[in-house]
Amino acid sequence: MTIEEKQDQIISEFEFLEDWLDKYQLIIDKGMANKGIDDEYKTDEFLIEGCQSKVWVHAEYKNGFVFYQGESNTDIAGGIVSMLVDILTGHTPTEILDAELYFIDQIGLKEHLSPTRSNGMLAMVKQMRMYALAFKAQYED
Amino acid sequence: MAIDIEKIRQDFPILKKEIYGKHLVYLDNAATTQKPRCVVDTIVNGYYDCNANIHRGVHFLSQQATEAHESARKTVQQFIHAQHAHEIIFTRGTTEAINLVAHSFGISQCNDGDEIIISQMEHHSNIVPWQLLQQIRNIRLRVLPFDKKGVLQIDQLENLINEKTKLIAIAHVSNTLGSINPVKQIVQIAHSHNIPVLVDGAQSTPHTPIDVQDLDVDFFAFSGHKIYGPTGIGVLYGKEKWLEAIPPYQGGGEMIQKVSFEKTTFNELPFKFEAGTPDYIGSTALATALNYVSEIGIDNIAHYEHELLQYATNKLSQIEGIRFIGESEHKSGLISFLVGNIHPYDMGTILDKLGIAVRTGHHCAEPVMKAFDIEGTVRASFALYNTTEEIDILAAGIERVAKMFRR
Repeated sequence: MTIEEKQDQIISEFEFLEDWLDKYQLIIDKGMANKGIDDEYKTDEFLIEGCQSKVWVHAEYKNGFVFYQGESNTDIAGGIVSMLVDILTGHTPTEILDAELYFIDQIGLKEHLSPTRSNGMLAMVKQMRMYALAFKAQYED
Repeated sequence: MAIDIEKIRQDFPILKKEIYGKHLVYLDNAATTQKPRCVVDTIVNGYYDCNANIHRGVHFLSQQATEAHESARKTVQQFIHAQHAHEIIFTRGTTEAINLVAHSFGISQCNDGDEIIISQMEHHSNIVPWQLLQQIRNIRLRVLPFDKKGVLQIDQLENLINEKTKLIAIAHVSNTLGSINPVKQIVQIAHSHNIPVLVDGAQSTPHTPIDVQDLDVDFFAFSGHKIYGPTGIGVLYGKEKWLEAIPPYQGGGEMIQKVSFEKTTFNELPFKFEAGTPDYIGSTALATALNYVSEIGIDNIAHYEHELLQYATNKLSQIEGIRFIGESEHKSGLISFLVGNIHPYDMGTILDKLGIAVRTGHHCAEPVMKAFDIEGTVRASFALYNTTEEIDILAAGIERVAKMFRR
């Protein structure tokens, strides 16, 4: 699936949930189901600054594709990072850098998560793009 | 006298607000309280009707504003039962009051090697000013611990005191645990060694009668905004002998007697500590807030909030997996808690969606979190306008959140 197709799939999951608590339930469920991050990466080095919750993200480059892992100490941030990991994993650095992450707006996360969390999410996206940029510079240019 | 809560709630327009389509349940009063109409009216009328720089003006408005400011000082004096009005220093809040003492007392009374005792349950604003002093004087901070219920280990105080101890600075009520500390007993122990005591009254003054003479404290600080007054105004009470003994904190207008390039002499109390144009609108609005509290009766408020605390403790203790952080027998109206493994941020975020305002995190008391080996708590804190119905809504909200996070 392309990054767009994965985003559209997530949007469709949220589309029919009218109550905000149901939307949060879905995010929480995703957080609880999140595979998480290998313990060796659960360190300050991989901690994302700018989040009220603790969020760790790590990425690897294999055969031209980027593979992300992410985890949080809170379930809501954990749900958000797991969606980002699902959407961006398995794509080339160029695809990731070119992608527009419109699902955030469309499922209303940006608008309805508190500013600190929202900033946290933007920090997650920024860090994940930084990995892609670094891999692009190292392997593609 | 019973409190007419419905009537009181009418005084606070914000309580009618809806958040995400739900009635606001405001339980973040330890952070700041809402303001009654009379306080806001004082601010508005002050600027519209009585605004002029105070003290040195010969004109009518300046004298009127000066009278309002000085009358506010007397209101504060009476409210905390200080002996003299000039023992009341207006500050920006508790934090600035403690910084003032840490600086002025610190540089004049402490030498390298001296010690200051604080407790393990202090707010950062009663930790960091002393650490700043450490950059000027090589003093040592000694810490009085609390037990697993959040009760100060007073029996260890004598062990911490020695000939190097210069001051004991302690919270009256913990903003995180709710524990009410035995300030009078601490002062008695301290004074038996000729050590003065500073009390951080930010969390006690809104909820319990304060008599600084009866407590015999040497310094006492509190904030206006936590007692239904405006933000940016607070109070430092200091015994006359101490305020006379320590130097000014900041320099500028108002605090001087004579200025030349060779030498400046300082004004008398309390002006020596109020450099620059004071917040005379804030002080008058604070006085209105204190009068509002006095009219209802601080004893009545204390009694009512104690009932709320008992009701909330009973109600919340029925929630599966709840754990209270701070279980002192002597508690003020706040409850810090965790439910199962639910992170406080997650709990706070969903409660917010239900219209319930609580605080989450370390509450600027990271050493307390460290003692309990937790990252933070959810804190519900009560004020005189809260009701048992609101506590029911909180309890139902917590249950709902718990269900959402059930694994």
